[in-house]
Amino acid sequence: MSDKKNIKIADAFKDGKAFIGFLTAGDPTIEKTVKYVLAMEEAGCDLVEIGIPFSDPVAEGPVIQEANIRALSNNTNTDDVFEAIRQIREKSDVPLVFLTYINPVFYYGYDKFFKRCQELNVCGIISPDLPYDEKDEILEVTQKYGIDIISLIAPTSKERIQMIAREATGFIYVVSSLGVTGMRSEIRTDLESILSDIKEVTDVPAAVGFGINTPEQAENIAKVADGVIVGSAIVNIIAEHGENAREHLVNYVKSMKDTIL
Amino acid sequence: MSRGRFGVHGGQYISETLMNELLNLEKQYNHFKEDSEFVEELNTLLKEYAGRPSLLYYAKRMTEDLGGAKIYLKREDLNHTGAHKINNVLGQCLLAKKMGKTRVIAETGAGQHGVATATAAALLGMECEVFMGEEDTKRQTLNVFRMELLGAKVHTVTTGSKVLKDAVNDAFREWISRVDDTHYVIGSTMGPHPFPTIVRDFQAVISEEIKEQIMEIEGKLPDMVIACVGGGSNAMGAFYNFLEDEEVQLIGVEAAGKGIDTEFHAATITKGELGIFHGMKSYFCQGNYGQISPVYSISAGLDYPGIGPEHAYLHDIGRAQYVSATDDEAVEAFEYLSRMEGIIPAIESSHAIAHAMKVAGDMDKDDVIVINVSGRGDKDVAAIARYKGVELYE
Repeated sequence: MSDKKNIKIADAFKDGKAFIGFLTAGDPTIEKTVKYVLAMEEAGCDLVEIGIPFSDPVAEGPVIQEANIRALSNNTNTDDVFEAIRQIREKSDVPLVFLTYINPVFYYGYDKFFKRCQELNVCGIISPDLPYDEKDEILEVTQKYGIDIISLIAPTSKERIQMIAREATGFIYVVSSLGVTGMRSEIRTDLESILSDIKEVTDVPAAVGFGINTPEQAENIAKVADGVIVGSAIVNIIAEHGENAREHLVNYVKSMKDTIL
Repeated sequence: MSRGRFGVHGGQYISETLMNELLNLEKQYNHFKEDSEFVEELNTLLKEYAGRPSLLYYAKRMTEDLGGAKIYLKREDLNHTGAHKINNVLGQCLLAKKMGKTRVIAETGAGQHGVATATAAALLGMECEVFMGEEDTKRQTLNVFRMELLGAKVHTVTTGSKVLKDAVNDAFREWISRVDDTHYVIGSTMGPHPFPTIVRDFQAVISEEIKEQIMEIEGKLPDMVIACVGGGSNAMGAFYNFLEDEEVQLIGVEAAGKGIDTEFHAATITKGELGIFHGMKSYFCQGNYGQISPVYSISAGLDYPGIGPEHAYLHDIGRAQYVSATDDEAVEAFEYLSRMEGIIPAIESSHAIAHAMKVAGDMDKDDVIVINVSGRGDKDVAAIARYKGVELYE
């Protein structure tokens, strides 16, 4: 289906606000990852972040930490993740990005990794431990293969916001709250001022993630941002229902997507 | 090129959330290290509170027994709280206080760094929370109680393999969540820049003193300095002022656990590969596809899968050599020094002693070896007893 198609992150933002879902590859199995990504797309997910499992996910809260442990305990490796994406690409053109700590990518070999991303139409990489200041680590190779490095902007970024935003490509991931990933009952960060700082210097879409769980939160975020990112709430559904999570995922993604249209 | 590099190693591979904090830390550190009031205050604490300078002791019986080089012991075990960790902790806590922080957090393996941080926090009137892997809280029950006694909260880490690496993970997670009033007192020459530099500078007092003391006693520099290496702070401290003195051989001793050909070791340079983890590029014990490997050592303080970036660099350029000692060799050295000199060394430091025992006999009688006895072994007595199959009731 994706023969020589050039899938872009911008596709996810072209029809209004984007709903971006995350899951950890290999949780509960690689086969289910393929099915769940397709189900999420069917339910209205505009872009899917696929987590490559890592032994020490330092930026994650308990929900995603446990997903990493489940994925690694059934020996999911980077090649398995690429295989899942190959299977997804047989049926879907949904924009995909990787969420991965940098060490698995370094170990795999930057050239080999991003070449494979290009072959499978993976549009970008989000790396929680590769800040703006260390971007040169992979910049040359990602540019060679046309892969976007998704920049993260945090509540503490302050005067760094515009420096980061100016060079951003793909989309900007605005971290809603201090701390690790995980569902939160309220978000106190002044997102509006962060987003207006971003908008002053770039047209690259900005999506907000970390802690978003309920349709009400998504609706509020979508009023100020170009997209809403949900990770832990989705992973939690997979944790709860394991191999039988498909229906639950579809219902949840629909309920979220409906509020941000 | 990014900040804080030692050759290709180092850098700041860390959450964006912490970047401004790290930049500010670097700025504040560069300011205060030149601030005479700060330097004076720290030096007074080191002298009057920690008990510096620590002694450089000629180990006569050990020297005679091994029959080769003259052996001197740098007695970091005599510092207040029983290890070199206090040097770094007093520096960082004082710096944190000057920066307006009211709370410190720390990771700990054996408990020495946790105890030291709890101590400095008590002294400076700061709130303190120490992250310690559940496995280590079992190995080091007394240190857990000691930290609580000092007013710190001990946070038992139950994620991952529940040891030092996981304590570092959770300490970072806590810092990302609460960075405004909190400073993370990293205990070794590791983590994102500026930590490897700050910790090295605060530990460099060890080699500064060794140099002065040995010049006074022997009238020459040592031929060899030996220190154990986990993250690498006591070794970096013992090496730093000798880096320019090419004639001084610098040896770091890693934990070989049950042997470097088994899965049970923590010999990062001997067996590890280049990687990026805990904020730095360096060598790490890692498995297929770049997953960080579980590591093992009898010593909770050396049970870490990485090594500080400056050590990785010193290895690359050949300025320092990195070797390893097994659990068995370390336990033998622990008992040897206890019997031979009446000094019970930390099981971490025993790795350095074990290496000296291997090489001293083959050296010339005019040669001088300095071993950094980074800590005292009281904390290890129960674990050594268990290792030997002796049942103790603490």
